[in-house]
Amino acid sequence: MPQFVFLVILFPLLGVVVNTFLTRRWSETAIGWFSSAMVGASFAGSVATYATLLGFDESARHFQQVLFDWIRVGSFHAPATLLVDPLSCVMILVVSGVSFLIHIYSIGYMHGDPGFRRYFIFLNLFVFFMLLLVLGNNFLLMFIGWEGVGLCSYLLIGFWYADEAKATAGKKAFIVNRIGDFGFLLAIFLIWSVFGTVQFHEIIPRLGSFPIGSSVITAICLLLFVGAVGKSAQFPLYVWLPDAMAGPTPVSALIHAATMVTAGVYMVARTNFLYSMAPTALEVVAIVGGGTAIFAASIGLVQNDIKKVLAYSTVSQLGYMFLACGVAAYGVAIFHLVTHAFFKALLFLGSGSVIHGMSGEQDIRNMGGLKAKMPTTYWTFLAGTLAIAGIPGLSGFFSKDEILWKTFSSGHHTLWILGVVGALFTAFYMFRLLYLTFHGQFRGSRSQEHHLHESPSVMTVPLVILAVLAIIGGYIGLTPALGGTNPFEHWLHPVVTQGARAHTLLGEASHEVGALEYLVMLISVVVALLGIWIARSGYLRQASWPGKLSKGAAYNTVLNKYYVDQIYDTVISQPIVKISEVMAQWFDLGVIDGLVNGVAAFFGWVAGGLRRVQTGLVQNYAVLMAAGILLILATLFYRVLF
Amino acid sequence: MYSSTDIIGILPEFLLVITAILVLILDLLDKRGETAGVVPLSLVGFIGAGIVSAFLWDRGGYAFYDMVVADNFTTVFRVLLCFIGAITVLVSPAYLRYRDIRLGEYHPLLIIAVFGMMVMVSAADLLLFFLGVETLSIALYVLACLDRRDSRSTEAALKYLILGAFSTAFLLYGVALLYAVTGFTSYAGIMENLRETTPDPLAVAGIGFLLIGFAFKVAAVPFHFWSPDVYQGAPTPITAFMSVGPKAAAFVALIRVFGIALDGTADVWMDALAIVAALTMTLGNVVALRQQNIKRMLAYSSIAHAGYLLVGIVAGGQRAFAALSFYLVAYALMNLGAFTVAMLVNRRGDGDYQLEDYKGAGFAHPLLGATMAIFMFSLAGIPPTAGFFGKLYLFSAAVEKGYVLLVVIAVLNSALAAYYYLRILGYMYMARPERELKPVPRLGAYTFTLILTSAIILFIGALPAGMLNLLFAALP
Amino acid sequence: MTIQLSHYLLLSAVLFSIGAAGVLTRKNLIVIFMALELMMNAVNLSFVAVARYMGDAAGQLIVFFVICVAAAEVAVGLAILIALWRHKGSMHIDTLAAMKW
Repeated sequence: MPQFVFLVILFPLLGVVVNTFLTRRWSETAIGWFSSAMVGASFAGSVATYATLLGFDESARHFQQVLFDWIRVGSFHAPATLLVDPLSCVMILVVSGVSFLIHIYSIGYMHGDPGFRRYFIFLNLFVFFMLLLVLGNNFLLMFIGWEGVGLCSYLLIGFWYADEAKATAGKKAFIVNRIGDFGFLLAIFLIWSVFGTVQFHEIIPRLGSFPIGSSVITAICLLLFVGAVGKSAQFPLYVWLPDAMAGPTPVSALIHAATMVTAGVYMVARTNFLYSMAPTALEVVAIVGGGTAIFAASIGLVQNDIKKVLAYSTVSQLGYMFLACGVAAYGVAIFHLVTHAFFKALLFLGSGSVIHGMSGEQDIRNMGGLKAKMPTTYWTFLAGTLAIAGIPGLSGFFSKDEILWKTFSSGHHTLWILGVVGALFTAFYMFRLLYLTFHGQFRGSRSQEHHLHESPSVMTVPLVILAVLAIIGGYIGLTPALGGTNPFEHWLHPVVTQGARAHTLLGEASHEVGALEYLVMLISVVVALLGIWIARSGYLRQASWPGKLSKGAAYNTVLNKYYVDQIYDTVISQPIVKISEVMAQWFDLGVIDGLVNGVAAFFGWVAGGLRRVQTGLVQNYAVLMAAGILLILATLFYRVLF
Repeated sequence: MYSSTDIIGILPEFLLVITAILVLILDLLDKRGETAGVVPLSLVGFIGAGIVSAFLWDRGGYAFYDMVVADNFTTVFRVLLCFIGAITVLVSPAYLRYRDIRLGEYHPLLIIAVFGMMVMVSAADLLLFFLGVETLSIALYVLACLDRRDSRSTEAALKYLILGAFSTAFLLYGVALLYAVTGFTSYAGIMENLRETTPDPLAVAGIGFLLIGFAFKVAAVPFHFWSPDVYQGAPTPITAFMSVGPKAAAFVALIRVFGIALDGTADVWMDALAIVAALTMTLGNVVALRQQNIKRMLAYSSIAHAGYLLVGIVAGGQRAFAALSFYLVAYALMNLGAFTVAMLVNRRGDGDYQLEDYKGAGFAHPLLGATMAIFMFSLAGIPPTAGFFGKLYLFSAAVEKGYVLLVVIAVLNSALAAYYYLRILGYMYMARPERELKPVPRLGAYTFTLILTSAIILFIGALPAGMLNLLFAALP
Repeated sequence: MTIQLSHYLLLSAVLFSIGAAGVLTRKNLIVIFMALELMMNAVNLSFVAVARYMGDAAGQLIVFFVICVAAAEVAVGLAILIALWRHKGSMHIDTLAAMKW
């Protein structure tokens, strides 16, 4: 099987080529199923690759497939080689698997759209680049995949562009991602000139001559992290992700939740051999990750657009992944990446189903009571919500709890507290979303109510599959504390300990199960339940408030409950909402948005000034040239004389 | 008197001159001035000269008492220049007829301009280089003003002429001063006699003046002022030609003169050149942000690209020169392509090329949209295009030599630049046309050019090794 | 006092500067062309002086090429001036300002 790995990336590319040239006259269904089949074949290839790896001895679970000798010029060599190891294997399984489901879902969701074929071309192209990104054995291939997915993301955000307002949103995504790419490119240049190669497996043995904390490696790591911050929407470059929700919802699910935005996490995990040698860079990663986790969650508390809530939630969950990377728990970060891919894709697709049913409505204040009309969507959405909230037994609990435990046990107590509070927020905003959307009474218009329907099975089947994964997906990483053997960590172990020399220095987290671990776990659970309870008292009951009030008999109870609610309101809810509003209004819209727009405005202003120099008058030009001549001569003579 | 190596060494140039004369005669024979025959004849001339140039690979050498150097490096760029000439011939006729410009005047001048550039790249002596520059420039002055109905065309030509002659005088003065110090005008002679790190003040001034002459030719800040105005005013095919050909020829000469012959005195001019490079790319990109006319925007874009290319001269060494050559090839392709699109999307018919015209053009004209996307991605340096790989290789060569700050500026610049390149794509695909515009003509020559250039851009972008190795082998 | 090479070079530099100043300050395009010619010929003086000083004929040959080139340049320049005259009816350099920014 090793020699057939290239098929994994070939099938989506085939989909692009065939769809571009041959399917012009095909029916929608044929195009949709053909494209899905290509990704499905890619998924089958990934499974086969996994089986192959399983057959290898544990210490030798990796191989490379040289596709062709891509660039060999002078001393520089970058082959087009696919690297299959436990890490990339996990990634291709997740990417192709989730993509497959989302492709099928899209057949239903995009039904009747004039750009149906174009949509599937972009989607297939995206899968190709994403697989290239995770399979490349060197920074250059990774960067090509990196830019490629960014391009597809841009194309798909702009899929429905018709008005200028949305175009500006797309521009923001673009500017921010260029800042990230800037970091990544500089990092590649530095790597190239420091190590003389860009291939991962050639860099590792050359690290021996550098001390831990070497400034050049720290610089490389920080620059790479700038790239990761841009792509994975971390503070302060997260601003593009909420805007990216302008694209079709399956795209949000696939690109802006499950796969592309996790590329930064993958990159940090892939280059763990560098990060483990740069403790300062790791600290930065942890702080940015932890900070983003709570910051984005706090903004999510007050959003009213169903997709915006999920977008901020994604930013926050990515923050958790970086937090894990920052405390050198790369395997745990990937674990959370996997479970997050399941439940967040599920939530987005569920929200897509809701939007589909609500004839395009996205404001949760106009929803309510959808539970009865859309049962499959409701139950699967509930599974996803429980998973992300961290309810024991579901996937999100296992991975998030392990992140918090690793943070705590590695001595980052402040970051741990941030993470726990973030978890509280997460549980709150997710249940608020759930209650406002599915419970209570319908608050939309009459025509919306009339059209309200459950989505077709082509959309609900992927939901059910993802729901199952979101529920059971966590058991692959069952920790010893819960009676498991943590097969997932075991599986990734060879990859994430490549920087072993540095790893021992950072201190191996103890594998012994202690009371402390259970305590930390208990706190996570309590916090999650607390968040749900607050949301429940705030939204589920309030929503049915008018109905209860009319029944005089229940007045007393209601009064009492109102009392409880009152206390809760002033002590917990009000401050949280206040902070959140400040964050959302002042910081998010004011400072960060202002900064991005300000940069653009600044350059526009400078350009406006500079172009005035171009007066159109020849003699002005000649005078400026003469001044330039004098300056050049001055520089030259300065060099000679001094 | 002359040996066969002499004749073989200048065979491609010789062929071009013959072609130019034949085209002139052909035009004379036809009184109506609408001779269709000049187009295929010019095309044959360029293709023939290109094939003969390619044939000289590994066969050429120094000729005419070391005045001419027909090495492999020359060969590569002769072929590129013939390619540029041929593409220009392909995309010109429809435009010329539309603007009522006489084909029989245009084509000989174009061939002579290419001849001048070929002299520039094959010169091994400053005198010959100067003659090449002037042959090119004088032909370009006339070409720029050929659109006689449009006063902007005349204005462009005069601006170009005055500023061009002004800077040429400095170039010539630089040659004179170097001649006074070394007693030579040949590259080899200057290299032999100018090795000290702190040379004669006369030589320093000479180097400075030479640098100014080159800076004007490649439109580097602060000698770039001519280019936006001239690009805007000249007939569009000439703008396309002017933005790629002279730049390529001047950079080849820069490699030969500053990269090799004056390498011994690099300490003297290195700082000045690095500053010029940084200023050039920054100014080009920043001002391009606010342009509404696509020809001006592309003019500022090509100023910025001159800045990136200068990084290669600053870095120096085989790798940087190979990267620079690669970038020149990529740049020629993407700029020719972009201008070809610009020629087609002149939808008001008044020679005013506003970006607004591009609104909604992407879906209405799929080929135009797709190829323009490739050109813009390549100019912006987004993989997998030739422009990306050129930047990657060029900047990494500079990092290797320790010019980290310059590369940081360059990479920041290319991040900034992407904004205005992709704005065009935004207009093409994400906006609706605001008014009724003239249709875009569909002609085989344009289609061929667009597909050819974009295919090569994608090919050498995805598989750059072959091209790079060729250039490595060709380096002097 | 004998006239030495440095005197010729100095004269050449002065002439060159006068020419450059003329390009920068004069408003009539024909006068500007003359100033450009002056710059070229100032350089020619340097070439001739250096060639004589070194006993090298090459410098003197260069001068012929330069004269030739300068003549061609001015010929083309004057032709374009006529075109300008037809459009604008003026030889003033500041009429060339339609394209800017």
